Amino acid sequence: MKSGKVNYHSVHSIDEAITLSQTHGGNVKYIAGGQSLTPMMNLRLIFSEEIIDISKIQELKQSYFFQGRFFIGAAVTHAMIEDGKVNDPTNGYLQYVAQGIAYRGVRNKGTIGGSIVNADPSADWPTALLALGASVMIKDLTNDIETPIGQFHCGLMQTTLKESDLVKGVVVPELSKEAKWSYVKFCHKMGEFAHSIAAIVIDPNLGMFNAALGAAGDKPILLPRLSDYLKSVNISNNDFEIELNDILERDLLENINYLPSSYEFNLHRSIIKKAVMEALIK
Amino acid sequence: MDKPGKGVGARILRKEDARHLHGKGQFVSDIQIPGIIEVAFVRSSYAHGIIKNIQIPDEFKDKVFQASDFPNVKPIIAVPKVEGFKYSEHPALAFERVRFAGEPIAMAIGANRSIAEDIADSVYVDIEELPAVVDLLEATQSDSPLIREEWGDNIYVSKHSQYGDIELAQQQAAVRIERSFKMNRQSAAPLEGRAILAMWDHRLNELVVYIGSQSPHQTRVGMAQALGIDENQLHLITPDMGGAFGAKRVLYPEELMVVALALKLKKPVRWIDDKREHLMTAIHCREHHHKVIAYADSQGKILGLDVDIHVDAGAYSHWPNGPFMETGMASRNIPGPYVVPNYRVKTFTVATNKSPIGAYRGVARPAACFTIERIIDEIAHAVGREPYMVRMENMVPEESMPYRNITNLLFDSGNYAESVRRAAELIEFQKIRLRQQNGEKDGRFIGVGFASFTEQTAHGCGEWVSRGVPVIPGYETASARMMTDGSLIISVGIVSHGQGMETSLAQVACEELGIDPIHVSIRHGDTQTSAFGMGTFASRSMVMAGGAVAKACRLLKSKIGVITAHLLGCQLEDLRFEDDLIHGPTSSIALKEVARIAHLRQEALPKGIDPLLEVLVTYEPNIDTGVFTYATQVAVVAVDVDTGKVDILDYAIVEDCGTVVNPLIVDGQIIGGIAQGIGTALYEEIPYNENGQPLATTLADYLIPGATEIPAIKIGHMVSPSEHTEYGMKGMGEGGAIAPPAAIANAIRDALKSLGAELNETPMTPPRVYAAIMKAKGKLSKSSEVTL
Repeated sequence: MKSGKVNYHSVHSIDEAITLSQTHGGNVKYIAGGQSLTPMMNLRLIFSEEIIDISKIQELKQSYFFQGRFFIGAAVTHAMIEDGKVNDPTNGYLQYVAQGIAYRGVRNKGTIGGSIVNADPSADWPTALLALGASVMIKDLTNDIETPIGQFHCGLMQTTLKESDLVKGVVVPELSKEAKWSYVKFCHKMGEFAHSIAAIVIDPNLGMFNAALGAAGDKPILLPRLSDYLKSVNISNNDFEIELNDILERDLLENINYLPSSYEFNLHRSIIKKAVMEALIK
Repeated sequence: MDKPGKGVGARILRKEDARHLHGKGQFVSDIQIPGIIEVAFVRSSYAHGIIKNIQIPDEFKDKVFQASDFPNVKPIIAVPKVEGFKYSEHPALAFERVRFAGEPIAMAIGANRSIAEDIADSVYVDIEELPAVVDLLEATQSDSPLIREEWGDNIYVSKHSQYGDIELAQQQAAVRIERSFKMNRQSAAPLEGRAILAMWDHRLNELVVYIGSQSPHQTRVGMAQALGIDENQLHLITPDMGGAFGAKRVLYPEELMVVALALKLKKPVRWIDDKREHLMTAIHCREHHHKVIAYADSQGKILGLDVDIHVDAGAYSHWPNGPFMETGMASRNIPGPYVVPNYRVKTFTVATNKSPIGAYRGVARPAACFTIERIIDEIAHAVGREPYMVRMENMVPEESMPYRNITNLLFDSGNYAESVRRAAELIEFQKIRLRQQNGEKDGRFIGVGFASFTEQTAHGCGEWVSRGVPVIPGYETASARMMTDGSLIISVGIVSHGQGMETSLAQVACEELGIDPIHVSIRHGDTQTSAFGMGTFASRSMVMAGGAVAKACRLLKSKIGVITAHLLGCQLEDLRFEDDLIHGPTSSIALKEVARIAHLRQEALPKGIDPLLEVLVTYEPNIDTGVFTYATQVAVVAVDVDTGKVDILDYAIVEDCGTVVNPLIVDGQIIGGIAQGIGTALYEEIPYNENGQPLATTLADYLIPGATEIPAIKIGHMVSPSEHTEYGMKGMGEGGAIAPPAAIANAIRDALKSLGAELNETPMTPPRVYAAIMKAKGKLSKSSEVTL
């Protein structure tokens, strides 16, 4: 399992990266942490002769507040977020997600940008950021583009990125003190890709009621009926559990391709339910 | 239990850990030689097919080698001398037909592995696909495609045995339990895969082969035969090895071809197994199907067992042992540690289009244990009694030892029932029963399950002959060479690769000679520095090599004693060897002083005594039927009935391996074995699709338990010394891996008792647990399945 021979380039600015990519007709791979890229190249599932190392670009490692939102550079590692080296404006949500990604060795190198660009529906950031209503900041040579993450992920491991585009980072909202969240995932063995991920963020001040489900299809989805239900839910209501079960059943029937009798369908239902209870009881 | 000092019984730290913990071990991949040629294999993408032709681009014609380039290399032939075992050959490089996905077809070479893989990728093999034989039961049907037409079926060998009268058991029985048990296919998955570096040494006129091997002497035999060269021109060296567990005990076609290529090119050639190659093509194991009917009386006493055993042996027969041991050992061990008066067993060793199997830690006993321990629990449930009590009552009692069981295994010593009782104490059984009454806050179901077993270890000549193997590992060797300064070099034919034998064998030397283990070097794994030995497998090394080392040291002690008695002017019987000194009644002398005299001052030697302190011995225990270690393991689990997830809350073992040489090492072996058993029980599996394609070939899909999956294990020891070995020790390396699937399955059964759900297939993954629950709830008819 050894990749074919590559030409390695190290760059120190976004413009340098994009220009170099265009010189090679876009037939390059950007590498930051390489935690997804290098195994796939070693397995010879993907290959590019030109590897552009963007991990040293300072702009990509920054994080800062602006206009009531928070920018996290694409090359920020999961470990940086886990360790609190990055401000967390989400009442601990980002830190909680980060600490559960794969293994610490992976978290030391793996980046938030790399995770969303790889667009594995079973990975953590795509689903977690969808529930947060995050958007993706993209740079091509001329423009800065902001895309809501739900649109950014457009198919199985596919994004709206064009050749040579570089993800600068993600933008997340600053959650209110009263915001509630939960993040539940199911792994058979700790550290593996999840078989189900449920992420819930409720912030009435921001008008945010998001229930996201990952590892259930080509890309993470917002569950429409459940998200709507979260606006007016009251858990002390006698019919709460019946209502919730009914809504979950319908959301799943309408949005995922598993039969109701299947293990997967029941697993997703259990995990979402667990996430709902955790979020509401907080 | 720990003894003071540094001899047998002492809990001293392992010498080998110094280099391993500092990253200074030397593995095959660490060896740097100028001009190494790296090999990448061209492998079959199909599970079954006819090779039409092999197309190599012109620019790589001198960089790709196929079978026709090695006309003198014979196929590997491993046909156990067992009645009815069908003949087959295993060409090291396939040229006519491929029989499993990943089968090697050609070798590509390059200056590094990346280049070699580029060249391998450029080779096109045109294969006409044939239908794949994938299911071990369907493979035996008359309409199944055949892997070898000349066989007329897909069965290597079938054996039927009857002991006692099963019909009588059927008539007498108050209880009849019928079940099928399946263990799915696994890899041994050692941390380091296969590794081999072969190069011609012009000075010594020999081929030097660095190889990860559990038995370099034996492997040399197989290689020399297949290559047609003299053994004195073949030098195998096993440096440090990152685990083996049986995966490095067979002669792999890849290894044979690397050696053949090195002979051909007279250049250093290396092949390092990558993880995907290993999972696909190194030995597979564990895939058993057992169909059982058990008969018992109204108290749960076993009256008889009627069993059909199918083992999925894969496409070829590995050298030296072939696949027969798997069904042989399963059939002999299904009666477990119990008194079983009547037993009928039919075994089928089945050929399929999958990677050939080998003997992985525990070999067939995890499957046998799974079957009999689940059956004991079902009998207990049927008669409404506690499984651990029914277990104890069926066990061979201590008073009956030595006891020849129904399959002719001679249990030498032990108190099996006591191990159950103590295991129950260790796990605080009553507390669990109380806890179950209260229910869990998180809604999970708690259960406790037991599993007991015996482990035949250090068996000798007669036992191996009965298995029909071509090389009989009935003895071991040791040479002990004392240097002129009293330090000692002991060379053995086994290969320590995690068993800590560089320490424990030095402890044996200390026990005999009073020499500090610091002054004792244990040399192993090198065919040139040790006399012929069989290697490390089948839980034999401590007994066999330990016995040989004891014997060699006693011979040295005797000669040293004669010299010392002469020097001190006293009687031989008055001497005492302790703390690197030899004490006489009125004076003492340092061991190293005697050594100096024996080599450098021969004028001081007594008449008739030659200089030098060096001996070579062979050793075998005084019975060849093996010495039996036994244990009871117990698991406490929590089951989430919504997701099917099983968590282990607590785990205990009470085991008896006779006299313990180093408690630290024994505990380490137990923990490692249990970790692998948990892997079998809950995580590890290589499924195949209907085209014979393996579906788990990387660690993303092949899940191996890590630190977060293995609980802290409570260990209790009993000591029933063996009468047949040095110091009364028994082997124990495999035992830990034997019982966890059974203990965990029984714990799940206990947890889900109110639902009536059973798990009879490993690994017991969340989807399988969920399916069992749904089945029990009647949400499924018998024929339909939960769509997984």
